[in-house]
Amino acid sequence: MSLIEITEIRKSYGTNEVLKGINLDVEPGEVIAIIGKSGSGKSTLLRCINGLETITQGSISVAGAQLIDDELHLKALRLKVGMIFQQFNLFPHLTAGGNVMLSQTVVKKTAKAEAEAVARKMLDRVGLGHKFDAYPDELSGGQQQRVAIARALAMQPIALLCDEITSALDPELVAEVLAVVRELAAEGMTLLMVTHEMRFARDVCSRVVFMHQGRVHEIGPPEEVFANPKTPELQQFLGVH
Amino acid sequence: MIEFSTWDILRNLLLATRWTILLSLVSFVGGGAVGLLLLFLRISKRKAARAFAKYYIELFQGTPLLMQLFLAFFGLGLFGVDVPAWLAAGMALVLWTASFLAEIWRGCVESIARGQWEASASLGMGRLQQMRYVILPQALKIAVPPTVGFSVQVVKGTALTSIIGFVELSKAGTVVTNATFQPFTVYGLVALIYFALCWPLSKSSQILERKLNVAHRNH
Repeated sequence: MSLIEITEIRKSYGTNEVLKGINLDVEPGEVIAIIGKSGSGKSTLLRCINGLETITQGSISVAGAQLIDDELHLKALRLKVGMIFQQFNLFPHLTAGGNVMLSQTVVKKTAKAEAEAVARKMLDRVGLGHKFDAYPDELSGGQQQRVAIARALAMQPIALLCDEITSALDPELVAEVLAVVRELAAEGMTLLMVTHEMRFARDVCSRVVFMHQGRVHEIGPPEEVFANPKTPELQQFLGVH
Repeated sequence: MIEFSTWDILRNLLLATRWTILLSLVSFVGGGAVGLLLLFLRISKRKAARAFAKYYIELFQGTPLLMQLFLAFFGLGLFGVDVPAWLAAGMALVLWTASFLAEIWRGCVESIARGQWEASASLGMGRLQQMRYVILPQALKIAVPPTVGFSVQVVKGTALTSIIGFVELSKAGTVVTNATFQPFTVYGLVALIYFALCWPLSKSSQILERKLNVAHRNH
């Protein structure tokens, strides 16, 4: 059984169908890059997996947790998949440490001392142990995104969804975030990332999914997808003719 | 005829001011509690709850406070319920205040970026936990100036309760005028007392606004 099973999902906004029957199975430890033009449905797909968007049809399960739209099932699912956003979405009223501790104490009811220890460990892991007491607006974009990663990791998810996590960063800050992601991949974390970093996708990912007009248009290992794009759409997207 | 010194007049007005202050506090605290409840209904996921809060707010914002006072005082009387003036006044003011505070606070909650809801949801928080730990702490800072500002309206709103016979500052002004035949002095003093109550509130609202804006930091 795959870790993440996405079966025939469809998603419509009114009459506009943005996902037109997606099937994707992700094995534990796989790193999947989802690429495609804006409007191809790649972010929507990612957001459906942890229930931020409700699907119109089909089913999603993560390590046995079904996506069902009620608070209890969503919580169970969301404890298994963490998510990292383009805009970081750190809680501005809490310190970096507070951001990483909050969901542990509130959702998992972890004791404060233990949550703090985990938070320090996770911040260390992303290279920000010394920023425990800094507020988000005192951190650079790259640092904020690394805190966001630490915050997601503190919940000990079995998979991480990364929604264009470097797109809001200055070019010089992209590398520090990708280095953290690369490390996670090396440690065997299952990752699904919507990304525009083609080189990163090529180096790190086990499979690349090219989405076009709400469908998985092409899928395969990066060597194949990047070196031998089969469809004209992917060729055009990659700029090879 | 008995002569009244200015001190006599002022003393009586100040005694009645206690009731204005008490009524304001009750309205504000009670209205805040009911308003918070309405806020949760207003942004609830349940359609019926949202609709209820919406119509409640429209009803209480869309009718004069004076009519609400009349209805609370005389209306319930029609059903054989004897409502003392202080109770009718307190009740009407609480419900009226709640409708405005709920709407002010809704604006503050909705001004919090959607990403905050999404991030906290992704971490497994339920709706109440999101509100309690993520949204309200941020919304509260935005809400302070308009909330304090609205409290001025509440203080002035209590003047209307004089119509149903509740003896607060305005009613006391009328009573004292009838005894002294010095309307200018009496109402002048009444106005000054209201000003002394309201001005510090307005001022603190301005100061808070500046403080929270200039810093433009969220902590």
